[in-house]
Amino acid sequence: MKLHLKIWRQKGPTDQGQFENHTIDGIIPDMSFLEMMDVLNVKLASEGKQTIAFDHDCREGICGSCSMMINGRAHGPTRGTTCQTYMRNFRDGQTIVIEPWRAMAFPVMCDLVVDRSSFDRIQQAGGYVSVNVGGAPDGNSVPVSKVNADLAMDAAQCIGCGACVAACKNASAMLFVAAKVGHLGLLPQGEAEARDRVKKMVSRMDAEGFGNCTNHYECEAVCPKEISADFISKMNRDYLGATVFPKPM
Amino acid sequence: MKLDPRVPAGPLAEKWDRCKMEMKLVNPANKRKYHVIVVGTGLAGGACAASLAELGYQVSTFCYQDSPRRAHSIAAQGGINAAKNYRNDGDSVERLFLDTIKGGDYRARESNVYRLAQNSVNIIDQCVAQGVPFAREYGGQLDNRSFGGAQVSRTFYCRGQTGQQLLLGAYSSLNRQIEQGNVKSHPRHEMMDLVVVDGKAKGIIVRDSVTGQIERHSADAVVLASGGYGTVYFLSTNAMGCNVSATFRAYKRGALFANPCYTQIHPTCIPVNGDYQSKLTLMSESLRNDGRIWVPQKPGDNRPPASIPESERDYYLERKYPSYGNLAPRDISSRAAKEACDQGKGVGQTGRGVYLDFADAIGRLGQKTIAERYGNLFDMYAHITGENPYQSPMRIYPAVHYVMGGLWVDYRLMSNIPGLFVLGEANFSDHGANRLGASALMQGLADGYFTAPYTITDYLAGVKPGSSDVKATEFAQAESDVSQRLKKLQDVKGKHSSQAFHRELGKLVWEYCGMARTKEGLTKALGLIPELRERFWKEVSVPGSGAGMNQGLENAARVADFLEFAEVMCTDAITREESCGAHFREEYQTEEGEAQRNDAEYSFVSAWEYAGEGKAPIWNKEPLNPEFVKPSVRSYK
Ligand SMILES: Cc1cc2nc3c(=O)[nH]c(=O)nc-3n(C[C@H](O)[C@H](O)[C@H](O)COP(=O)(O)OP(=O)(O)OC[C@H]3O[C@@H](n4cnc5c(N)ncnc54)[C@H](O)[C@@H]3O)c2cc1C
Ligand code: FES
Repeated sequence: MKLHLKIWRQKGPTDQGQFENHTIDGIIPDMSFLEMMDVLNVKLASEGKQTIAFDHDCREGICGSCSMMINGRAHGPTRGTTCQTYMRNFRDGQTIVIEPWRAMAFPVMCDLVVDRSSFDRIQQAGGYVSVNVGGAPDGNSVPVSKVNADLAMDAAQCIGCGACVAACKNASAMLFVAAKVGHLGLLPQGEAEARDRVKKMVSRMDAEGFGNCTNHYECEAVCPKEISADFISKMNRDYLGATVFPKPM
Repeated sequence: MKLDPRVPAGPLAEKWDRCKMEMKLVNPANKRKYHVIVVGTGLAGGACAASLAELGYQVSTFCYQDSPRRAHSIAAQGGINAAKNYRNDGDSVERLFLDTIKGGDYRARESNVYRLAQNSVNIIDQCVAQGVPFAREYGGQLDNRSFGGAQVSRTFYCRGQTGQQLLLGAYSSLNRQIEQGNVKSHPRHEMMDLVVVDGKAKGIIVRDSVTGQIERHSADAVVLASGGYGTVYFLSTNAMGCNVSATFRAYKRGALFANPCYTQIHPTCIPVNGDYQSKLTLMSESLRNDGRIWVPQKPGDNRPPASIPESERDYYLERKYPSYGNLAPRDISSRAAKEACDQGKGVGQTGRGVYLDFADAIGRLGQKTIAERYGNLFDMYAHITGENPYQSPMRIYPAVHYVMGGLWVDYRLMSNIPGLFVLGEANFSDHGANRLGASALMQGLADGYFTAPYTITDYLAGVKPGSSDVKATEFAQAESDVSQRLKKLQDVKGKHSSQAFHRELGKLVWEYCGMARTKEGLTKALGLIPELRERFWKEVSVPGSGAGMNQGLENAARVADFLEFAEVMCTDAITREESCGAHFREEYQTEEGEAQRNDAEYSFVSAWEYAGEGKAPIWNKEPLNPEFVKPSVRSYK
């Protein structure tokens, strides 16, 4: 396959940035999108030109590093991460526009690499159960209904890639935050701090500059782990409960 | 060098308790005065950093990814072992210990393995308390599955994403400590060197991969939990950034590298299908609970799998190892797959593949149950190959997956450099010559939550806090070494990307130091590696500047280390003149083609010592002296 690539290049956080055009040939349909990028980078290196920076690591859809806006869609045309997108989903001769995530809370650092540390800081605000090593009771001492355990797992699958934010016209992080709040809130272990957790995480999210949710659910549509927007509704209820009734009733 | 593993005296079951009683403590009010560096935020590093901070120490963590949550532990799929015996199927600490020792082909240190089995029980409790959403049964109790090399069901899991959930658990504990100001996290920082002052580990040199700045960090103790180096083979199930640099740099500063040739080749991965490929994807071993492995009986039979009748299929694991069947350990299953393909029975375009078939299980349990158990793995397979594994069998082939080798540590997980602790896959300690499935997660968390916090405390109790200073000449020297090395890479200005050399190195070590090794092949490799290294230093192209982000430079630095390390690895393989576990020397096999150990001469750990530029490493040995288990022929028949 031969492809025309229009790729965002930006030297550093303060650089303006612009698109750069490349044409590459010999792309095999079974290649992953990142392997296609490797081909380009190997070529650039052999010409003595600086390679294109992009985040990636596991290349199996679980670490959440890879993050490209491909033809205007977060992670590209198929459901799944950028690394799990395959060239068989593109046409020979096609033009592909490749950009970084765009969001105020995810500043671009270099080419296609953005700074997602705001996600870490939201988790630091309360995305945990306050338990030290040492005092845990036997794992089977508190039964957890299979239904809740499965639901918690549905939410906990979030890989923190940020596609939800990139896809949202308000750059809202609601799905990301709701996934964590939902996961811990559904388990007895996380219940004791649930009210505090939702308040702290939501307020940190706001402070980081993420936008508001206006129920377009673009986030759900691009989430590589198919996390349901129902968790957002659940979080809204939890949040309301925690703020309107500061003491449990 | 005389190696002292510092194994406590007394009966196996009492060693750890005794050791804990013998070790010194640090007064709670003094803990804040100590600073510990933890390189790596995977299960081992993340758990250790969080636990040390909970105790009151000041901790700095480093990882090369943009967030601690992305360490490669995240990719572990199948599960984590623990001797809980919730199934009442005869499990116990002793049995987990025995399975691990046998699984490792009697090349692990007994005392460490016993402690691992003891601690396994607490890990599950800790993770449940953190909110790890383990799979549950309808009654609300924890569910288990089986893994290779065991006849009990002791593996706890979170669908096909166990590593992710355990890591997010450790990451959440770490986050709590970051929020409380006890941990300072440094993502996108790569360790480039270890700083040793007066024989003790006192800090590290890192490169900030955003600014390109080289930084000095000092501490009272340094923990390396930098994961495995399977990427020396280029193609592996490891992440692209996995590297040997952190441990290899420590090696060059005097830490011993133990058993570097013990590489685990995982039997169930998606086969290689082209030269462009950048990584191989694991299909979790848990699939072997329900999947059956087979090849056509007739070599060259290229009919589609559905048209090959039962009577013309060879379910070779079930045939050769009836008592473990499809759950035979990894080294054995991998070699059996290679053997079948060598005989021309391999399937798929390249002929390097075997079937993993779920038809029976789907017939028995229904597609829904199979989807519940392995849905994400099936999806991943479909995504990558474009084939539907619910309809036709998966094609799999062995791939490099895990390294049992790593820096040498004593019973307290301290290397031969005082103050340098090594945890998780980065050390060599618990799996001997072959690791059993679901035991790496167990080891990482046991090291991080339950072992290192005690043993590091004991070390710190003997150190004056805050005595390490980045102004020391050793720091200046190490920093300048790093800067020069990076500059040298950039100055080559050749024509080829570092990835091209990495691929070439990978092919070379896979060919000669992979699933089957010979003296002849290894000799050849030991000649070819220095040649390749020389070419690399003449022809590599690292465009861009050292300032700011430069992923090409990061990669070139890692490849440069692999090119040196590969030689140590092959030296280890050629000097171990026996077959054991994953190290299969063709010269040493039984008539049936099984690995033939040589206990009389090789029951030791090889620990390699750096001897200087251009010199062969020095071979040190730690005798294993098995006291409690008599090594026998490892049979899974
Ligand atoms: C695909 C796959 C599936 C697996 N499935 C299972 C399973 O089901 N059960 C099981 O028990 N085991 C499994 N394993 C093995 C297991 O996941 C690993 O052995 C284990 O997670 C390693 O943990 P760790 O903490 O030692 O290292 P890692 O999780 O790899 O963490 C390494 C850390 O070190 C950092 N680091 C590395 N180098 C540097 C450097 N130079 N500078 C700074 N930081 C650095 C990284 O950023 C990272 O934070 C699997 C492995 C793979 C690859
Ligand atoms: S590289 Fe890990 S999810 Fe894509």
